[in-house]
Amino acid sequence: MHKQSIASLAQGLRQGDFSSEELTRHFLDRIHRYNGALNCFITVTEEVALADAREADRRLRAGEAHALTGIPLAHKDIFCTDGVRTSCASRMLDNFIAPYDATVIQSFKAAGAVMLGKANMDEFAMGSSNETSYYGPVGNPWDTARVPGGSSGGSAAAVAARLAPAATGTDTGGSIRQPAALCGLTGLKPTYGRVSRYGMIAFASSLDQGGPLALTAQDAALLMNVMAGFDEKDSTSIDQPVPDYCAALDQPLDGLRIGVPREFFGDGLDAAVGELVQAAIGQYQRMGAAIVEISLPNTRYSAPTYYVVAPAECSSNLSRFDGVRYGYRCEDPVDLMDLYKRSRGEGFGAEVKRRIMIGTYALSAGYYDAYYLKAQKLRQLISDDFKKAFVEVDVIMGPTTPTTAFAAGDKLNDPIQMYLSDIYTIAVNLAGLPAISIPCGFSAGLPVGLQIIGGYFKEAQLLHIAHRYQQETDWHARVPEAFET
Amino acid sequence: MSWETVIGLEIHVQLATKSKIFSAASTAYGAEPNTQACAIDLGMPGVLPVLNGEAVRMAVKFGLAVEARIAPRSVFARKNYFYPDLPKGYQISQYELPIVGLGHLDIHLDDGASRRIGITRAHLEEDAGKSLHEDFHGCSGIDLNRAGTPLLEIVSEPDLRSAREAVAYMKKIHALVRYLEICDGNMQEGSFRCDANVSVRPAGQTALGTRTELKNLNSFRFVERAINLEVERQIDVLEGGGSVVQETRLYDSARDETRSMRSKEEAFDYRYFPDPDLLPVILDEDYIEAVRETLPELPDARRERFMYEYGLSAYEADVLTASREMADYFEAAERASDGETRLTANWVMGDLMGALNKAGLDITESPVSAQMLGGMIRRIGDETISGKIAKQVFAAMWQGEGDADEIIEQKGLKQVTDSGAIEQIIDGILAANPQQLEQYRAGKEKLFGFFVGQVMKATQGKANPAQVNAILKQKLSSS
Repeated sequence: MHKQSIASLAQGLRQGDFSSEELTRHFLDRIHRYNGALNCFITVTEEVALADAREADRRLRAGEAHALTGIPLAHKDIFCTDGVRTSCASRMLDNFIAPYDATVIQSFKAAGAVMLGKANMDEFAMGSSNETSYYGPVGNPWDTARVPGGSSGGSAAAVAARLAPAATGTDTGGSIRQPAALCGLTGLKPTYGRVSRYGMIAFASSLDQGGPLALTAQDAALLMNVMAGFDEKDSTSIDQPVPDYCAALDQPLDGLRIGVPREFFGDGLDAAVGELVQAAIGQYQRMGAAIVEISLPNTRYSAPTYYVVAPAECSSNLSRFDGVRYGYRCEDPVDLMDLYKRSRGEGFGAEVKRRIMIGTYALSAGYYDAYYLKAQKLRQLISDDFKKAFVEVDVIMGPTTPTTAFAAGDKLNDPIQMYLSDIYTIAVNLAGLPAISIPCGFSAGLPVGLQIIGGYFKEAQLLHIAHRYQQETDWHARVPEAFET
Repeated sequence: MSWETVIGLEIHVQLATKSKIFSAASTAYGAEPNTQACAIDLGMPGVLPVLNGEAVRMAVKFGLAVEARIAPRSVFARKNYFYPDLPKGYQISQYELPIVGLGHLDIHLDDGASRRIGITRAHLEEDAGKSLHEDFHGCSGIDLNRAGTPLLEIVSEPDLRSAREAVAYMKKIHALVRYLEICDGNMQEGSFRCDANVSVRPAGQTALGTRTELKNLNSFRFVERAINLEVERQIDVLEGGGSVVQETRLYDSARDETRSMRSKEEAFDYRYFPDPDLLPVILDEDYIEAVRETLPELPDARRERFMYEYGLSAYEADVLTASREMADYFEAAERASDGETRLTANWVMGDLMGALNKAGLDITESPVSAQMLGGMIRRIGDETISGKIAKQVFAAMWQGEGDADEIIEQKGLKQVTDSGAIEQIIDGILAANPQQLEQYRAGKEKLFGFFVGQVMKATQGKANPAQVNAILKQKLSSS
């Protein structure tokens, strides 16, 4: 059962081949078997899962089922889940039981999906290797000595090892697409404002966006049908009709214009990764698409821009973790300042503290114009590059990451190297565009991701383009050997 | 050397919305601690603010009332600092782009002069909670009921030149926000608060002196007192050869002093930046015009109208339009009095205000309604009772004994206007006092008052005074 896509599991449930409870127990068993090796779950919500499954079976029998009813899912531990610990992989929230459901969680509950547990991640989503988690690093199912990527590393590893049919993630600078690429999955970062951020613990509010990690584009489309939509509780969510993301998956690609930015194939890109990505683009050409070389000259400023904007916002977003109302509080504070200093000093990990300090500095009097304001201007220039490109082309393709999964510990003490692993993904967040990463081959046994970037609200098109490729290839269907059975 | 005082005020007006500025929790005052704080007010992980449209409407109403420019685009920013009663570690406020731009307000001074005071800006923001330092055994309690209550911070230009002007301006703003029904004006509950920026400079100098900011001025009296104390202190410092330090000072009403809270060097760097959780507020002309149509008659316009429509003096118009409730009361009473405008003004400003002051009551708490007072004045006008008897009727109404007509009826206070009856009484009195009559006729005209008094005494004050005078005069001069 664990090798099937959601689309086929949903069919099995409907036909009565198995019940949701059986399906859920199957995945829970796998989690018990493999989580020790991977550490991809922070919390396994076995009781919740079985209760969800029984309710789903009732709905299935009653004919009230939605496409996702009875399908088990893992949720990144950044989404608040009522009555369940929501830790954001931080000591700060190790004791935090959320008092409400995030809108995304509510939507999945309403659809009848089953929650298997809360997936590991980089602390407060800050990291690209899942090594900053308070609960320890996550192994990549393709080679457990390597990182799964981050920050949605637990979600990606869980799906890649078939411990969950699909998972939710969040993407601030590549946190869905990069782990999807490194674990051989399909990961979609929707247009900013397409998926509600309510109840998704904020890292950088103007960049954060929730989305699915799945085995196939079709499965990602099924999840998007539930996740996407306007939410009056999120002022930045956009009130636009949500299409049926599954409706146009099979259309032909004729006339599709693909832009290939020369900036995405320069220094720093691993040669083998570059070749596989070019080969995938060649495949699209054979399928009827036209290839256009384009330029995104300002994307070279993406990393410096991102590493001002994101830390600035996080420095403010994380101020609420002060040891006063919830979360970690230091032992026996002598006064208020001591309470703040030690609660935050002991509650946050090194990377989180680094970013809070960078952000605090960037927003300080006298530096604001030189850093934050300048970064906002660059952000506009980066957006404009994309806007110009989308006059000529329908989508933009390139590598998701410069290399395949790197060894655990490799970049942990070199933040600049770590930050560069998101070099192709962060411009998309700065521009607020949607983008998907799909598997397009293997290099030395490790998956390689193709990134496809679309115009605003073109998620359906991205899923369609990805789906067509997956009809012609089987990279997405490969299972890491150690987790086959 | 003579010194000039320069004052600018920052007034925090709590907007009278039902729910908070960024959440659906109630803003009602006085609930049990933390019962009116939802996940958003508590700054729970993952929550997001959603702007209350009513707060925007109220801010625009104020802006229009002070003839300010309403920003077509305003932006919420985060003011970052740590404090236990500030749940998110930042306050959502407006910084570079406030909703209300440059406006002005005219204040009327006691000497009859009026001055135009500039209003720099007014911006929307959320209030913080409260820290409670008693009864927590070495800890502090936090009550977040007030967190997220909408505030409009109104910042004046440094146009005020004395504590009295500052108070006049503050009272004017206080009256205005109540006229506009955007604030209940309750200073005890903190709905209307004020900080003052105060500096002095040698008379004639144009450059501003170094200012201090006075906090905790929660009554008109404290504003005046604290500013005067601070001006004296600054002049003492300067005349002693020292210089004023830019700092924040707290007014302690119990000790009647201001003292330093923090200096400029210790001032926070608030790291303002636009709040990425909220979109800019975009207001078009149609919206602004729609709000303009809901504006009531404003205090200055009403004051003008009171002068030409009712023939009141500037002073009377000032007093009677000092609050919307007062002006409404006067107009209702005037209508009920059937055109006795002058008498109504005198009664409201005289006996009624006197009684209210004595009882420590507000006009809205008056036991004598405008209808009742007007009804009584109407009976003076139609000569049912005399002005003197009216005082008796008023006292009875105040005691809750009914309206004027009921009291006049019950107590038999109706004026005697029957000439025959009055003549009869006068005849009796003249007959009973031959000696005084003789003296009067011999030229001691002062005794006229004596006879009037005797008639009034005989009629328990109910005889119509004009008739008594006329008949008496006629009787004394004849025969």
